[in-house]
Amino acid sequence: MAITLTPVLTARWDTERSWTLDAYREAGGYDALRTALAMDPADVVAAVKSSGLRGRGGAGFPTGMKWGFLPAPDGGPRYLVVNADESEPGTCKDIPLLLADPHLLIEGAIITAYAIGCHHAFVFVRGEVLHVYRRLLAAVQQANDAGLLGSDVLGSGYDLELTVHAGAGAYISGEETALLDSLEGLRGQPRMKPPFPAVAGLYGRPTVVNNVESIACIPSIISGGADWFRSMGTEKSTGFGLFSLSGHVTRPGQYEAPLGITLRKLLEMAGGVRSGHTLKFWTPGGSSTPLFTAQHLDVPLDYESVAAAGSMLGTRALQIFDDTTCVVRAITRWQEFYAHESCGKCTPCREGTYWMKQILARIEHGRGTTADLDTLLDVCDNILGRAFCALGDGATSTVTSGIALFREEFEAHVTGGGCPFDPVASAAFDYVPRGARTDVKAMSGSGAGTVLR
Amino acid sequence: MIEPYQGAKLERLTADAATVLARYPEQPRSALLPLLHLVQSEDGYVSPDGIAFCAWTLGLTTAEVSAVATFYTQYKRHPNGEYTVGVCTNTLCAVMGGDAIFEELSEHLGVGQDETTSDGAITLERVECNAACDYAPVMMVNWEFFDNQTPASATSVADRLRAGEPVAPTRGASSVCSFRAMSRVLAGFPDGRADEGIGAGGPTLAGLRLAKEKGWHAPTQPERPDAETGHDPSKEA
Repeated sequence: MAITLTPVLTARWDTERSWTLDAYREAGGYDALRTALAMDPADVVAAVKSSGLRGRGGAGFPTGMKWGFLPAPDGGPRYLVVNADESEPGTCKDIPLLLADPHLLIEGAIITAYAIGCHHAFVFVRGEVLHVYRRLLAAVQQANDAGLLGSDVLGSGYDLELTVHAGAGAYISGEETALLDSLEGLRGQPRMKPPFPAVAGLYGRPTVVNNVESIACIPSIISGGADWFRSMGTEKSTGFGLFSLSGHVTRPGQYEAPLGITLRKLLEMAGGVRSGHTLKFWTPGGSSTPLFTAQHLDVPLDYESVAAAGSMLGTRALQIFDDTTCVVRAITRWQEFYAHESCGKCTPCREGTYWMKQILARIEHGRGTTADLDTLLDVCDNILGRAFCALGDGATSTVTSGIALFREEFEAHVTGGGCPFDPVASAAFDYVPRGARTDVKAMSGSGAGTVLR
Repeated sequence: MIEPYQGAKLERLTADAATVLARYPEQPRSALLPLLHLVQSEDGYVSPDGIAFCAWTLGLTTAEVSAVATFYTQYKRHPNGEYTVGVCTNTLCAVMGGDAIFEELSEHLGVGQDETTSDGAITLERVECNAACDYAPVMMVNWEFFDNQTPASATSVADRLRAGEPVAPTRGASSVCSFRAMSRVLAGFPDGRADEGIGAGGPTLAGLRLAKEKGWHAPTQPERPDAETGHDPSKEA
């Protein structure tokens, strides 16, 4: 049978006032919670393990196994922290989920907390999405009023508090240990691992940190069963996931499909690349994953196949760039992002992203040399595998893959003394540019510190 | 005009701070991020008094609080405008037109990155990816979504904000609130506006609509034994 879309997480998003408890219950919401509360917590963990669900926040670690790493109960607290700090460039799945269907996350969080023996769970949502925070606060209040949270959840004898916590703007807080530091009221910097959060997480106690979409899968795994979940996707990348198409595509948006679908198929569903243009490059999983091109259209978008093709499935953030896009401009801007968001804790990332940003900016604006390309690759080599957390590794992904795939385009910026592309052609609207981009510093933001000559 | 932290203001903030702290019974310091949002809701930025208040509330030094406040971009070290207008200039939005929108707004308002118009209405910012790439190019006003912007739509929003008109985001409350009101919500004090606005915009529903049109769906879930009655439909004769 041909692969099709499989709305599960997205199934209720178009209903009237979809974010309310009434609408969620109308659609069968919180039935899975009743089922789970009648099960032994260990059986809930076993069901999630056997579903094969892998973390949807980018790394793809098996969710049930992560839960299983918690040490045996010692009478002290254990925590669930839901990572809703969605900030990886291109990633735009969790925020719309929370806006449309916050109770799906809450139901998943209650089931998860029950399974791991947690009585105080947190949702850490990035601070830059005001209305999502409003919806989550309201949904938690409704759930409390309805006896779905608080003491004696649905008469089961199980108690759970759920606190929704707003961040304050820092990409690094999406890294699970930095998130825990941020939640503890510290600068959001990653911790040394081990110990992993399962052993010493929030407040030094056993903690599970899971992505929003992972948690949102839990109710359907409980209601449908592990075999049902495994009937979608591939053997090692089971189930469904949100594929987020953005950029130069006719109908950008959220497409929920079994893992293993291809970009060719998704583009067909989304009306193809912008009319009159062809695909130039794309990210399979956000800006921290090596670039793909049209030659990767048939790579199955599952963890193994994308890795075998040299990139990472990441968050299935499919940013589509057509033939009008300057790859040097794209990569330079991503590097400015990493330099801005590097927490400064480790030298390879702090210094490496800072210098790469400047080298890339001078190449983009025609002031680079061909030796700069080798310098970039050398800097990447000194960051990859040597940074404290994955932010540094991610910063190198598009640089190394971009130079490998488009070296001539980088060289053309050097030999041609500037960018050969017209930014107007790649925009979604027509406009008259405000003069040449003579002031590199202004384009790079006041704090960017671009070297001017 | 920043009032000193004394009298009624101090009493009000002390009561609010107690509400925030109650959410974190295990470790009061977890309240620091919401408390910083709270002092922003009073002063329009993280003022020296605000830092001292957080330090006093949590038993920290002002240096410890400042170290945290300066780490996160949403905390402002200078009085912010009534509205933060943030244009996403991360790669995808920049390419789709975010750079042009920022340039147009900067020229139109006469301010650059992280500067505030002389009337105190708008602080202009470049923002990083805000998880709305399928609506690119995106602009945020006090962290509400203004999707699929153009230079003309963005300057129109800015003009209406400066004129004091109510301005509705594309996905969010029915009008954007002030920077201080927003900061109070981020401190965890609901403003009763969660039910305003839509649940999902067009791109959010693109896949679901296509699936419905084509009759596509996930495999049907098997019926399970009823949790309360133990009735198992699969065991019926």
